[in-house]
Amino acid sequence: MNRTLKTALILVAVWLLWSGHTEPLLLAFGLLSVIIVVAITRRMDRFAESERNQYPGPRFLLYIPWLLWQIFLSNLAVARIILDPKLPISPRLIRVPANQRTPTGQAIYANSITLTPGTASLDIRDGQILVHALNAEFAADLESGEMGARVKRTEKGA
Amino acid sequence: MTGFADLISWLCLIAGSVFCIIGGIGLLRMPNFWTRTHAAGITDTMGVGLILVGLIFQAGLTLVAVKLVMILAFLYLAGPTAGHAIFRAAHAYGVPFAALTTGVEAPGENSDGSD
Repeated sequence: MNRTLKTALILVAVWLLWSGHTEPLLLAFGLLSVIIVVAITRRMDRFAESERNQYPGPRFLLYIPWLLWQIFLSNLAVARIILDPKLPISPRLIRVPANQRTPTGQAIYANSITLTPGTASLDIRDGQILVHALNAEFAADLESGEMGARVKRTEKGA
Repeated sequence: MTGFADLISWLCLIAGSVFCIIGGIGLLRMPNFWTRTHAAGITDTMGVGLILVGLIFQAGLTLVAVKLVMILAFLYLAGPTAGHAIFRAAHAYGVPFAALTTGVEAPGENSDGSD
């Protein structure tokens, strides 16, 4: 399907879901907004560097619950550290390989690292992510590479 | 609104609030910028997440619930992206890694800010 049309249809659906109004005036506002956004998006696409086929594949839907579970677990771990009278932290910097094929995959990986408390991605270069970890456990968890491998599997054609 | 959904809703809201407070305590207790970011992460993920889930249960199957889900999705996308921008800027600026136990490199070595 034509990309512009696809963008417009998604925007119309989102607008209708978010507003829930059907008065002509508000629908006109919605239509105007959609047209403006589509126009801007088309302009921006001209500057986009490469192929658009960079959305994550369908397996991304399986990755989300796993990520939420990891976020839950690391939240409990960091909360326990914060509430511990001794504050047992041993912050460290580590480098983990971002071996995802696409920039989208690498961005998902870096964002996942930051989303899980206890680890934060500082920088990405030369296919490696520089990560600040709150203690050895968080660092080891990340270095096991499970999250990276799972993100890699979400990529299309993986 | 059934009593059961109400119960879950309030459990989520209370738990979310507790995690927000824990995140705040962490901000106060952590010794420097980098360790504080992890405490802030609790508020941004668990605190916000549980409170929004609690509100979704309050809303039930309505348009409001859809909006709340969208807000949650947006926060989980924008949060780490904004966080990364802050961390990257702080790293490039050379905010010191005080009390760093171990590291792959001397702090500041990689802080030229170029790419």
